[in-house]
Amino acid sequence: MPNEWITRESGNLSLQHEWTLVHYQALTSLVARYGDTAKNHAVSLGGITQLDTAGAALIVKLLGIENAKQQAANSLPTKQQALLVRVAEAMETPLDVEPANNNRIVDALATVGQQMVGLWSQQRQLLAFIGLVLATLFSLLFRPHRWRFTATIAHIHSSGLNAVPIVALLTFMVGAVVAFLGATVLQDFGATVYTIDLVAFSFLREFGVLLAAILLAGRTASAFTAQLGAMKSNEEIDALQAQGLDPIELLVLPRVIALLISLPLLAFVGMLSGLVGGAMVATLSLDISISQFMTTLQKDVSVSHFLVGLSKAPVFAFVIGVIGCLEGFKVSGSAQSVGSHTTSSVVQSIFMVILIDALAALFFMELGW
Amino acid sequence: MVATTQAENEQDEQPVITVKGLVNRFGSVIVHEDLDLTLKQGEILGVVGGSGTGKSVLLRSIVGLKRPNGGTIDVLGSRLNELNEQQRSQVERRFGVLFQRGALFSSLNLQENVALPLIEHAKLSRKDAEYLARIKLSLVGLPAKAALQFPESLSGGMVKRAALARALALDPDILFLDEPTAGLDPIGAAAFDQLLVTLRDALGFSVFLVTHDLDTLYAACDRVAVLSQKRVLVADTLENVANTDDEWVQAYFNGPRGRAAQYAANASTSGLKE
Repeated sequence: MPNEWITRESGNLSLQHEWTLVHYQALTSLVARYGDTAKNHAVSLGGITQLDTAGAALIVKLLGIENAKQQAANSLPTKQQALLVRVAEAMETPLDVEPANNNRIVDALATVGQQMVGLWSQQRQLLAFIGLVLATLFSLLFRPHRWRFTATIAHIHSSGLNAVPIVALLTFMVGAVVAFLGATVLQDFGATVYTIDLVAFSFLREFGVLLAAILLAGRTASAFTAQLGAMKSNEEIDALQAQGLDPIELLVLPRVIALLISLPLLAFVGMLSGLVGGAMVATLSLDISISQFMTTLQKDVSVSHFLVGLSKAPVFAFVIGVIGCLEGFKVSGSAQSVGSHTTSSVVQSIFMVILIDALAALFFMELGW
Repeated sequence: MVATTQAENEQDEQPVITVKGLVNRFGSVIVHEDLDLTLKQGEILGVVGGSGTGKSVLLRSIVGLKRPNGGTIDVLGSRLNELNEQQRSQVERRFGVLFQRGALFSSLNLQENVALPLIEHAKLSRKDAEYLARIKLSLVGLPAKAALQFPESLSGGMVKRAALARALALDPDILFLDEPTAGLDPIGAAAFDQLLVTLRDALGFSVFLVTHDLDTLYAACDRVAVLSQKRVLVADTLENVANTDDEWVQAYFNGPRGRAAQYAANASTSGLKE
C-alpha cells in the first residue's frame, strides 16, 4: 500500500501519483526508506500526476539538488518542471537554522542578570521620567495660556467622574464588611460601639484613599498605557516630536493633572461611602442608631485622620499617572508589546501605591498624627 | 513560459472566479452595483481604479470577509453564498491572501507565521511544517537567517515577501494581493513583480492583484480590470484597456506616469529580444 508512490522495477525507481501536501507524512517515510537506493539508481518522474511545493521539496530531498534539476528536465511536463527547478533552487541555500546552543545553568544565570539589569534600568527610567514630567510641569506653571484645559477636563471626566459609581459601590461594601468583622470581634469584649471608631479610622486614614487608588490603577493606568502605546506604534508620538511639539506637555501633563484632581475627590467619595456602609450595618444589625453613630464620629475621630488620608491621594495619583504614561511610551510596535506593557503598568502602579502607603503609615505613626 | 501559460488560458474555458451582478453597500453609500468580473485559470489580473472605487471591497467580498448585498460569486466551481460553513472553509483553504500591510502575526517569527496554516490545516508536525516554511521563505527570496526573526524587525520589502510566503503556504489555487508593491522602493517593487511572475509560472496559480502601481501592470499582469462608476468598466489586455475611450482610463494610462511606465516596459521587452 505505501508503495503506491514509489515503485521499483529491476533496481530503478519510478515515482507516481500525487506528490502533494496531503500525503506529506507517508511520502516523508518513503523518501527516508528509498534515500540510499535513489542515489545509485535511475529514477523516473514520469508517473507523477500532481505536484506541489511540498512534494517537490521531498523529491529534491530524495534525489539531491542537481540530480532533481536534471530529472525534471527529462521527464516532467513544463509546468511541474518549472516548479521542481524553482524549489530545488530555493533549497540550495542552507535551510537549517538552529538557535544558539544553550547551556541551562548559563541560561539561568543570564536570565537572572537580565532581570536585575532590567529592573534597575526600569527604576532609573521611572525616576528620569518623573523628573521630566515635574520639570515640564514647573516650566508651564506660570504660563496659563499653554495649559490644556479641554484635554484635562476630558480626562477628569473619563478617569474621575466615570469612576465614581464603581468606587462608591466597592467602598460601601468593604465598609459593611469591616463593620461586621469589627462587631464580631468586639462583641466578646462588650465593646460593640467601638465598631464605629474602627470603620471611621480605617476608612479615613487608609481604605478610602487606598481602594480608590487601586481601582484607578487598574482602570486608568491601563487605559493610559494602551492609549499612548497605540499612538506610539502608529508613530503619532514621533509625528508630534517632528512638528516640534512636546508629547510630555500635550499628552502626559493633562493625564497626570487630571488624576491629581480626580483621585482626592474619588478618595473623598470612597471615605463617605465606606462610612455609609459601616453605618448601615451598625443600624440594621448592631442596634446602634444613626444619631449615636454621628455623635461618636464627631466626638472620637478628629479631622486630622481625614487629612492624613487625603494627603496621600495626590502622591498616589502622580505615581499612577506617571507609570501609566511611561509604560505607554515604552511600547514598541507589536500588539504583544501593548499587552505586556499594559499588564506591567497595572502591576507596577498597584505595587507602588501599596508600598508608598506602607511607608506613609510608618511615617505618620512615628509622628503621632 | 508566459506565452505557454497564456496559450493554455485560451483553451481553458472554466474561469476560476466568476462574479455576476455584485452589489455592495455601506449604509446608503453604494460601492458596487451590478458588477461583473471573471478571473481565468493561471492568469494575473490587475484590478485598478481611483481611490474609493471599492477595489479592496471587491477583494474582501470574494475572499469572504464581507458579505455582498447582492449578486453571485462563483469560485472554483462552487457558489460561495450557498455553501455551509465547513464547505466554505474548504474553498477558502485554496485561497492565499496578501494584505496591504502584510498582516504577519506579530507574536510569531517568520517560519512560525508560514508554518501555522501547515500545522492547522495540513496537520503536519511542527518540525515538518517549519522545514517546509523555510523552503517557502527561501522560495520568495528571504535568507535562511530571517526565519527566526520577528515581523517588527523587518523592512517593508521583507514583510511583503514573508507575507507572500505565508499566502503560498498551502499552495493556493488563487492568490489575492492587495497593493503588494505599495511602500516598496522601485528596485524592491520590480523584484517583487518578477518574483510573482516566476512563481505563477512555476506553481500555476491565478492571481487577483489590486494595485496602483503602473509598472506592476506592465511587468506582471496578463489582463487589467478597471473599476469605475460602481462596476468593472473594462477588463481586457493592457493595450485594449489603454485605448478605451474613458476620461479616467485615459488620464491613468496616458498621463505622465502611465507613459513613463509604458516606455520602461517597451524598453525592457525590446532589450530582451535583442
